[in-house]
Amino acid sequence: MSRGFRQSMSGLHTWSGLLLGWLLFAIVLSGTATVFRSEISGWMRPEVTASAPPDGAIVAAIGWLSSAHPKAAGWYLAAPDERLSTTQAVFDDTTAPNGYRDIALDPVSGSPDAIRGTLGGEFLYRFHFELQIPYPWGRLLASAAAVLMLIALISGIIIHARIFKDFFTLRPGKGKRSWLDAHNVLGVLALPFHLMITATGIVTLLAMTMPWAAVANYGDDLAKAFAEQSPGLVSRDAAGTPGTLAPIAPMLAEAERRFAGRIGRVSIANPGDANSVVTVANHDGDQLAYAASTVSFAGTTGRVIGAYTEARPAQQTYAVLYGLHMGRFAPWVSRWLYCLCGLALAGTIATGLVLWLQARQGADGFGHRLVARLNVGAVAGQPIAMLAFFWGNRLLPFGLAERAAAEVSVFFLAWGAAILVGFVRPVRRAWIELFWIAAAGAGLLPFVSFALTGRGLWAAVLGGDRLFWGFDLMVFAFALSFATIARRLAAHRTPAPRRRRNTMPA
Amino acid sequence: MRSVFQTKRFAWLRKRAAFAVRLFFASVGGYLLAVAAVFAFARGLPLSRAEAMTTASLLSILVMPAAAIWAFAAARARTVLWSVAGLTGLLALVAWLLGQPA
Repeated sequence: MSRGFRQSMSGLHTWSGLLLGWLLFAIVLSGTATVFRSEISGWMRPEVTASAPPDGAIVAAIGWLSSAHPKAAGWYLAAPDERLSTTQAVFDDTTAPNGYRDIALDPVSGSPDAIRGTLGGEFLYRFHFELQIPYPWGRLLASAAAVLMLIALISGIIIHARIFKDFFTLRPGKGKRSWLDAHNVLGVLALPFHLMITATGIVTLLAMTMPWAAVANYGDDLAKAFAEQSPGLVSRDAAGTPGTLAPIAPMLAEAERRFAGRIGRVSIANPGDANSVVTVANHDGDQLAYAASTVSFAGTTGRVIGAYTEARPAQQTYAVLYGLHMGRFAPWVSRWLYCLCGLALAGTIATGLVLWLQARQGADGFGHRLVARLNVGAVAGQPIAMLAFFWGNRLLPFGLAERAAAEVSVFFLAWGAAILVGFVRPVRRAWIELFWIAAAGAGLLPFVSFALTGRGLWAAVLGGDRLFWGFDLMVFAFALSFATIARRLAAHRTPAPRRRRNTMPA
Repeated sequence: MRSVFQTKRFAWLRKRAAFAVRLFFASVGGYLLAVAAVFAFARGLPLSRAEAMTTASLLSILVMPAAAIWAFAAARARTVLWSVAGLTGLLALVAWLLGQPA
C-alpha cells in the first residue's frame, strides 16, 4: 500500500465520518434502543397488566375499531406476543396531527382508553430512520448518512494497517493516543456487526434511494413492478357499497393452520366496504427473513382469496438482509449482542468526533470551535433526550390532548437544550455538566417511576416483574456509566500546556 | 513580482477546490455510476424481471463506496473523471442496447 493511497483514504475517512457524524450518532443510538422496542413500549404503558392470546387480542381490537373508526381506509394491527402484551394499531384518522394514529390497544378490551397516550418504543424506531423530518427527506438523509458510514468504515479498515495488533491495545490517559486506541478498539471489536448493520440499513431504504431497477425493467408501470416483487399483497378496489366484516376468529384460525405457527400482523383494507380484504401474516420473529407468509381473505365472507410464501432466491436474499437489520428473529442472547455492538458503534462515532478535535489541538478557527461545541450537544444530548422522553412519559398528565406528540416534543426540547448548553457554557464544563444531568436523569428515573406507577424497583424483583426490573437495572447501569464519565472528565487535566481554550477534555 | 497564483491564499483555495472536485466525483459521479450499473444489471442478468430487479438493486450498494474510494485514491482528478464517466457511459450503453425486457 503506497503512502499516498493511505493518506488519501485517511482524508476520506475523516470527512465521511465528520460530515453527518452527529446525525449518525443519533441514528445509531436510537437504533440501539430500538433493539428493545417492545420492552420500552411495555415500560411506557405501565397500566397494561392484562394479557391475551394473539387471536383473542385481534378480535378485541377489531371490535373496538369497528365502533370507533369504521370509516378508516385501513386498519393495520400487530398482535401481542411474549415481549409485548398490547396490540399495536395504525390507521388513518383525519383528527390526528399527521393524518394517522399509531396507538396501543388493550389486549382484553381492545380499547386504548385506559392506556396513556404514548408512541412508546415506536418513536425511537421511527426516529432511527425518519429523524422526525417529513417524508421522504428524513429517510433520504438517513440513507445518505448510512452510505457515508459505509465509506467511513471501509476507508477506516484500509488506513488501519495493524488491525489485529490494535485489537489488544489500549493506552489510557495519553491524550490523543488514548482516544485513537478507544476509537480503534470499539470499531474493530464489532467490525463485522458494524459493516453488516450499515449495509443492511441501506438495504431497508433501497426501494426509495435506488428505484432505477424497476424503471429499467418495467418502464413507467411501477405498479406492475411492485406487484411482481410482492405477489403476496392482495388488493381490491373499494366497491363503494357498505359491507359487514365476517367474524375474524375463523380467518385467524385458518391462517394459523396454514402457517403451522402463530399469527403476527393483521391488516384490514377498506373495513366497512363490501370489498374489504383481511390479510394475516405470520409472526415476523419466527424466521430470519423479514418476509412473513401471508393469507388473504375476502372480508365479508371469510373466503381465502390469496396465500403467499416467498421462495425466490433474490427476494429471499433481500428479505434476509432486511431481517438481519431488524433483528426481529433474535432470541435474548443475540438481542443483547445487537445492543452491545450498537453501543460500540455509537462509541466509535463519538470517539471519532472527539478525535477530529484532538488531531487538531491548538487550532482555533471557526470550524474547529463549531465542531467542539456541536460534539457536546450531539453526543451528551442524545441520552439526555431519550431520558427526557421517558420522564415525560411518567410526568405528563394522563388526559393531556395529543399526549403522545407532547412526549416527542419533550425529547426534542431536551436535545435542543443540551445543544444550547454546548454553545453557551465553556466546552469542558458543558461536557461535565451534561453527563451529570444524564446520570441524575437515569439514576432517579426508576424512583420517580415507582412512586407514580407502583411498578419497578424491589417490588418488581419480589413480584417477578421481569420487564420492570430489567429496565430499572439497565437505567441504573447507564446512570453509573454517565457519572463515571463525568467524574473522569472533571478529574482529568489536559496534559499539553498548549492553548487551553476550547480544547476537549481528554 | 509574485503572481496571484503563488500566494498562500491561492494555495488554500486550490486545496479546497481539489477536495470539492473529488467530493463531487464521489457523490454525484458515484450515484450516476450506480444508476447505470443498476440499469445494466437489471436488464442483463439472466433472471426473471423481478429477480433481476432486486439483485441489481442489492449489488448497487457496493458501487458508491467503491466509486468514493476510487475518487479519492486516484493520483489525478482527471483520471477519476474519465474512468467514472467512461464506465457510466459504457454501462448505460449496455442497458440501452439490451432494452426494456418484455
